Amino acid sequence: MSDPNERLRLGVDRDRCVGAGMCALTAPEVFDQDDDEGLVVLLHPEPAPGHRAAARMAAGLCPARAIILHSPDPTDP
Amino acid sequence: MSYNPTAPDTTADRTTGEPATLPTDRRTGCPFDPPAGLTAPDDRPLRRMRYADGHIGWLATSHAAARAVLSDPRFSARYELLHLPVPMPGMEGMTQVPPASPGDFLGLDAPEHTRFRRLLTGKFTVRRMRQLAERVEGFTHECLDAMEQAGPVVDLVEAFARPVPALMICELLGVPYADRDRFQGHVATVFDQTSDAEARGAAFAAVGQFIGELVAAKRAEPTDDLLSDLTTSDLTEEELIGVGGVLLAAGLDTTANMLGLGTFALLSNPGQLDALRADPGLAEQTVEELLRYLSVADPIARAALEDVEIEGQLVRAGETVTVSVQAANRDPLKFPEPDRLDIHRRATGHLSFGHGPHQCLGQQLARVEMTVAFPALFARFPTLRLAVPPQEVPLRDRANIYGVISLPVTWDKE
Ligand code: SF4
Repeated sequence: MSDPNERLRLGVDRDRCVGAGMCALTAPEVFDQDDDEGLVVLLHPEPAPGHRAAARMAAGLCPARAIILHSPDPTDP
Repeated sequence: MSYNPTAPDTTADRTTGEPATLPTDRRTGCPFDPPAGLTAPDDRPLRRMRYADGHIGWLATSHAAARAVLSDPRFSARYELLHLPVPMPGMEGMTQVPPASPGDFLGLDAPEHTRFRRLLTGKFTVRRMRQLAERVEGFTHECLDAMEQAGPVVDLVEAFARPVPALMICELLGVPYADRDRFQGHVATVFDQTSDAEARGAAFAAVGQFIGELVAAKRAEPTDDLLSDLTTSDLTEEELIGVGGVLLAAGLDTTANMLGLGTFALLSNPGQLDALRADPGLAEQTVEELLRYLSVADPIARAALEDVEIEGQLVRAGETVTVSVQAANRDPLKFPEPDRLDIHRRATGHLSFGHGPHQCLGQQLARVEMTVAFPALFARFPTLRLAVPPQEVPLRDRANIYGVISLPVTWDKE
């Protein structure tokens, strides 16, 4: 399990993103999609503790592995 | 576990020399369950399978294997590289699949696929689709009004499941209001399994022509819709018409069948339906669970471009892997008690919209449509029930998208 005090840092790779929107659906506080191409927009690279679980889940659900977790924790969707 | 090419091959199918074909018969058993044998207890996430043309490829049935295949760029979606799992209805002699026609980006790989995808993803974002919820509500209530007037005893597919997504896709593509009936008529015939091949062929041609005319009209006089937007892109005329056709087919038949079969499933599980009625806040979760449980769009095929190891099994270059979405969505390792429809479970992570770069573009639209439509239906008709015994509901068991052909329903008039 993840240590709640551990900081979670996120990255996104817009070249890989396929715009399926799983991230914006799962963790709307952390991810959005731009209006032009529908590609992922990272709102909070270091999400607040209350949003970390959703952010991890979004990373696991992303069909394109476009969300990068910089703290290696389980991401099982 | 790693693959050892010198070890004797112990897959039962190979030793008997008779790899099984894809199990497709749903007629025995529960209409919501995958065909017998598809999800049979089996410790092999990948098993040998014989294809329509004799090709010996693979069948992936576990959630992990399905995800691995669908997200790996060493697997191709190009039609001409694929072998057909089962013969195409009406084209039994066909052994080779022709390459994707212009604009049919479902049969392309990156970077060609990416080019189309990038033009479209911005139009289908979560935010945009949520903004459409009000329109969906409007269409849903129009359909329910008409249904109330026509019944009791109506075919829910004709009155509700088909028109709701049809009106939404018309809205998105920018089909003028006056043309919608004509358009819907053609579309209904194309997807009608009971009409003969000739009528369906003619309707298919009519839809193509319709989209062609629509594209020309949008080019001459752009309005605020997806097709008009696309006329300013670098797509050729042919590609533009092809894209229109793909969006239409993908946006219609899938959601329509989810609404029809989903209603059947909820009516057959009164406890679940009561729970949803008691708490409409469960709508989103219910939709995810129905997507998982019913897996109407299935299977998905990919071809290995090189030798790839999947879950410890070596797939050789050129071999086709059929990914069974139904089996993956009923994988007990992923979803405990998978054969139970349980709207309280977290079904997120199901593969009903696929996975990888081709994951359904319109999934957020489908979610919004269903999240609005199901609760509205059950709120309007609190006594909704089947008008025929469940075993008499005709099933689309030979179609690419599973569902009900019709769903006769009735209710008590106030
Ligand atoms: S889930 Fe992944 S592919 Fe989809 S929009 Fe988000 S980052 Fe892009």
